[in-house]
Amino acid sequence: MSDDMNNSGPYSASPTAVSTRSRTSRRNFIKGVIASGATVSAGGYLMTMAGCSSDSGDGGSASAPAPGTVERMLVLNVNGERRTVDVLPQETLAMTLRYKLSLTGTKLGCDRGECGACTVLIDDVAYNACSVLTHTLRGRNVMTIEGLAAADGSLHPVQQAFIDELGPQCGFCTPGQVMSAVALLKENPRPSRQQAREAMAGNLCRCGAYDNYLNAVMRAARGA
Amino acid sequence: MARGDMMKGFELYQPADLDNALSLLDKFGEESWKLAGGQDSLDWFKDRAKQPKAVIDLGGIQALRGITETADGIEIGALTTLREVATNAAINAKFPLLGTAASRVASPQIRNQATLGGNLCQDARCWYYRYGLDCYRAGGNKCYADSPEGVNREHCLFGADRCVAVTPSDTAVALVALDARMVVVNKDGEREIAAENFFIGPDVNITRMTVLEPGDILKSVRIPATWAGARWYFEKVADRNTWDFALVNVASVIKLTGSTIDDIRIVCGGVQCVPRRLTVVEEVVKGSVRNDETFELAAQSASRGATPLNYNHFKIPLMENLVRRAIRDA
Ligand SMILES: Cc1cc2nc3c(=O)[nH]c(=O)nc-3n(C[C@H](O)[C@H](O)[C@H](O)COP(=O)(O)OP(=O)(O)OC[C@H]3O[C@@H](n4cnc5c(N)ncnc54)[C@H](O)[C@@H]3O)c2cc1C
Ligand code: SF4
Ligand code: FES
Ligand code: FES
Repeated sequence: MSDDMNNSGPYSASPTAVSTRSRTSRRNFIKGVIASGATVSAGGYLMTMAGCSSDSGDGGSASAPAPGTVERMLVLNVNGERRTVDVLPQETLAMTLRYKLSLTGTKLGCDRGECGACTVLIDDVAYNACSVLTHTLRGRNVMTIEGLAAADGSLHPVQQAFIDELGPQCGFCTPGQVMSAVALLKENPRPSRQQAREAMAGNLCRCGAYDNYLNAVMRAARGA
Repeated sequence: MARGDMMKGFELYQPADLDNALSLLDKFGEESWKLAGGQDSLDWFKDRAKQPKAVIDLGGIQALRGITETADGIEIGALTTLREVATNAAINAKFPLLGTAASRVASPQIRNQATLGGNLCQDARCWYYRYGLDCYRAGGNKCYADSPEGVNREHCLFGADRCVAVTPSDTAVALVALDARMVVVNKDGEREIAAENFFIGPDVNITRMTVLEPGDILKSVRIPATWAGARWYFEKVADRNTWDFALVNVASVIKLTGSTIDDIRIVCGGVQCVPRRLTVVEEVVKGSVRNDETFELAAQSASRGATPLNYNHFKIPLMENLVRRAIRDA
């Protein structure tokens, strides 16, 4: 796998993609994104390009990667699938998930590590997707809210418990809350209420539904 | 583009070993940026207040990882996450002070990603500076916090020199209390620096929080066995329990014979640009019995010489109370 961190040593010049990528215009880039199956919501369109396209405004580095820098194409393991994606050096996982892979279940609240709305699992541990560079995740397993339900559509026990306990109000923080709860129960299937409170402490809820969420985590733990 | 937009582009390097990382730092000098967990770095990039040309991701370097028990204590690689520090059995057996301090940083998600080295090397949290204003620390000639209209509730009591920012790190106070050594490498080799001398104030260099030069990498932290198993105390007071930085925090280690204090190290954060070792308090209480008189004397000597700003007078009694408890309840 040419994009594997172990194989592409620090000074390996990218053998592929340089010539094609170096002349990718903004227009072609957008076409490429659409052609590769990603949908771009109208509202997020400009922001999408500001965050993910190297040649928007002054936001870009030179189009051709400098020798020794990361190869832009990489394979990510997301929700059990291998997804090939073109990622800028400065791109966060939240940007890649939402605007390259159409996994918009992961929310962006603050984009500064201060709210937990973007929480995903990386190798079963909870991280803020807004605060991790996608290029640091080669070879690791990313799980988003979209990956929790079973193939037949039945919900993950944590999702079901959140519904049963009327967890969400507006719902914006919910995917992040669910992912933090899933991470907790993977590590500690029978947490005390205090342990659950601590594990959920990195997820803000502007609607203040904290107690409902805690009840849901404890319900999921009883059922797990 | 407005502030708060996306990060400006940079070149990202992912060296697999220390030598490659050091030569990249040598090559790019002031234009380089060392990236560990990114929990401080990415905020600077997103705000475009810092715009490095080359970002060197230290994440692939094995030599910076691992927690090793040595003949003389414990050595912790700089890339060790705060979660590992907080939950590691050896650290919590010998130096629960450090494990506890690490567990009080930020939020679970941030501790999963943030590293010990990054926590020690993080930049000041003064909001004027982080907003990208051209203050002294940013190379300008004004301090926005220490001005008649400045909001300086979170700023310093001691050691002001144009800049009044404070150390933000919870692990730093613990490591100064434990008399840890910082192992620093650059292309000329390795050196060891006492934690107490690793952090620097604005009088030494107003644009940096540590002695590290652009070509230096913090490799590991060595904690000598001197204070293993000693009595200890850590407390952090912040506006919220999650996310918020300490208004004031305190770390102490104490050795007793009966109830007499034989030896002590005590350090406060949030009151100065560096973790403030309270040597006067240490001298005052050494040889004394742990009683109310000693606690009172300790509290009073802790705040002696404080020069509060417009909005941070509350830090004086806060600091006094924390020092009292750090000796009484250790
Ligand atoms: C919302 C929020 C809340 C926070 N709350 C707290 C808190 O309560 N207490 C607290 O202590 N901290 C807090 N922090 C700060 C956070 O803990 C630190 O930013 C984090 O530990 C930095 O570690 P990192 O590995 O992510 O560092 P990075 O962001 O990768 O690096 C930080 C700095 O250190 C330098 N650096 C990193 N590693 C090395 C090395 N090995 N050698 C040389 N230089 C290096 C980098 O160049 C950079 O300048 C908070 C941060 C956020 C975003
Ligand atoms: S306190 Fe320091 S960092 Fe803050 S505005 Fe003043 S000079 Fe700048
Ligand atoms: S969007 Fe990531 S923590 Fe708020
Ligand atoms: S349900 Fe509205 S923010 Fe949590």
